[in-house]
Amino acid sequence: MKVIKIDKNDWAGGIGKIQSSYRLYGPVKGDAFHDFKALEKGELPDLNFFNTRVSPKSVVYPQSEVMFEYSLDEKDAEHHILKDAAKDYSPKAVLGIRPCDAASFLLVKRNFDTPEYKDPYWIRSYEATTFVGYACNNPCSTCFCTTAGSGPFNEEGLDVLLVDEGDCYYAKVITSKGENLLNAAGWKTEADGGAPDKIAALGKEAGSKIGSSVATDQLKDKKTTELYEAPFWEDVSFACINCGTCTYLCPTCWCFDIQDENSGCSGVRMRNWDSCMFPLFTIHGTGHNPRGTKLQRVRQRFMHKLKYYVDKYDNGIQCVGCGRCIRSCPVNIDIRRVCDMMNSYDPKACACPAK
Amino acid sequence: MLNPYMPYPVCIDEIITETEDRNLKTFKFVFLNPGDEDKFSYRAGQFAELSVTGKGEIPIGIASSPTEKGFVKFTVNKVGLVSSYLHSMKVGDIMGIRGPLGNSYPWDTLEGKNVVIIGGGFAFTTLRSSIIFMLDPANRKKFKNINVIYGARTPGMLLYRDELAAWEKRDDINMHITVDAVNDPDWKYNVGFVPAITEKKAPNADADTYAIICGPPVMIKFTQPVLDKLGYGHDHIIMSLENRMKCGIGMCGRCNIGKEFVCKDGPVFTLAQLNATPREY
Repeated sequence: MKVIKIDKNDWAGGIGKIQSSYRLYGPVKGDAFHDFKALEKGELPDLNFFNTRVSPKSVVYPQSEVMFEYSLDEKDAEHHILKDAAKDYSPKAVLGIRPCDAASFLLVKRNFDTPEYKDPYWIRSYEATTFVGYACNNPCSTCFCTTAGSGPFNEEGLDVLLVDEGDCYYAKVITSKGENLLNAAGWKTEADGGAPDKIAALGKEAGSKIGSSVATDQLKDKKTTELYEAPFWEDVSFACINCGTCTYLCPTCWCFDIQDENSGCSGVRMRNWDSCMFPLFTIHGTGHNPRGTKLQRVRQRFMHKLKYYVDKYDNGIQCVGCGRCIRSCPVNIDIRRVCDMMNSYDPKACACPAK
Repeated sequence: MLNPYMPYPVCIDEIITETEDRNLKTFKFVFLNPGDEDKFSYRAGQFAELSVTGKGEIPIGIASSPTEKGFVKFTVNKVGLVSSYLHSMKVGDIMGIRGPLGNSYPWDTLEGKNVVIIGGGFAFTTLRSSIIFMLDPANRKKFKNINVIYGARTPGMLLYRDELAAWEKRDDINMHITVDAVNDPDWKYNVGFVPAITEKKAPNADADTYAIICGPPVMIKFTQPVLDKLGYGHDHIIMSLENRMKCGIGMCGRCNIGKEFVCKDGPVFTLAQLNATPREY
């Protein structure tokens, strides 16, 4: 496995070179939080961050995206017929993505890239993207990636893994896509033979700093209908205000809405992120709503991530342990606690406290 | 890469007002591009997204049968934004159809079997498709007895009345049409709710008899105990569900019942399958 050593003095110059052939995204500090943004020419990603407030899912999957355009003017020859909207699928790269977030794209891919149907917008955007990860030497207190199928130095979903080593970055080449990007930057100096061991040691140290965890080993064997009817949903959902912050921030939440938006005699069909927290998400035209109460909606969110996804793909939970929903929930709902309740649920156990 | 969100452009060829309350209209569409009809090859029980440009899409069961060529038909209840606008459209207007979507009634399983169709209200659309399909001369011999129990509130609320009358006259299908109530002294069919008529008219269960139920929740709720009483196993009761949908291809996340998507894994499920999943429909 090749490791490139990037002197921090060569960092800005290399990024400038990358920008001549890639659209670049990276963490940028706003008033109080870091978020992933498209970087202007000459703008550097700010790697002095734990993680961004919103996940980088919008780099591949924009919050709002035009799918089709149309004319409603009957004088136009092809009025009322949808036309593909112009799209830019030229190469782009995201610099400084955390390993958990990079792994999330592999989870989401199972939804958009299926044997029967391919979502062309998500797939083409994903394929155009090079993922340059930034290993977490110092994880947050809310991180539980190591028990959610990822880790602070996890390489799945990445093309390059950057590791901060004081005066330099080690850049571990994971795919040829990643090597191409490093070449475009002109970063070609191979690190000395001790680098892989050093990275492994740093990774081990970072992993040991992850202070929280989830147990997921029993989820697959639980009966769906029993988990669905478990009494704890009342307690879990009691404080929820259905604000949708959790789904908005989550790197693995992918639900969307499709809407037509008209302006005069033309318009666009677009898709927008949507959320299972909102009653309009599922309401029928008749007014009937299969998930009309907040308990049903909160339950849907956790059952989807921790049971339905587990059963459907047999490939772990639909969560990478980034902890964003825990940090930003206004009423302190904690997916780690819910996951443990689900994982250890026994419908036969008496719900009453022992006397 | 094929874009599953792109509808086929179609032209409205004919509009039929079906019911006396004028809330149900059947739209007959023809494809604008030659070749699209072949691509839209479907089975009875599937649905499509009707795309009204500038308003949005609605998932609607296909009412025409695969054996009917040159057009596709959908019967639409006037409910929300898109369906209300569609009801105001006229012959010659251009719109789109995306599909076919979902599974279908399990035709491989039903072959060689007795089929009991139980329908209520305007949920008779894919059942019409199924009846036309089974009665097609090329297909009729593939099925044993066909019984149809179909009810509406009043005679004027029954869909496809001319076809119902024609099927009544045939001897290769047993029709049991019913209405909740009627003033017409000449009404020569049944009076009573679908569950009661089912109890009287449906054949007893056996391994070779399958029931397909499609109707409003209240009808399904009271018909199921009747079928239980008649001895129908839950893997012999076939139901078609509805949920709010957008993508129609199992991606947008809203129509799931447990891990199954009504749009992609359904809309047709056996009651045995539904028993193992949350009833979020």
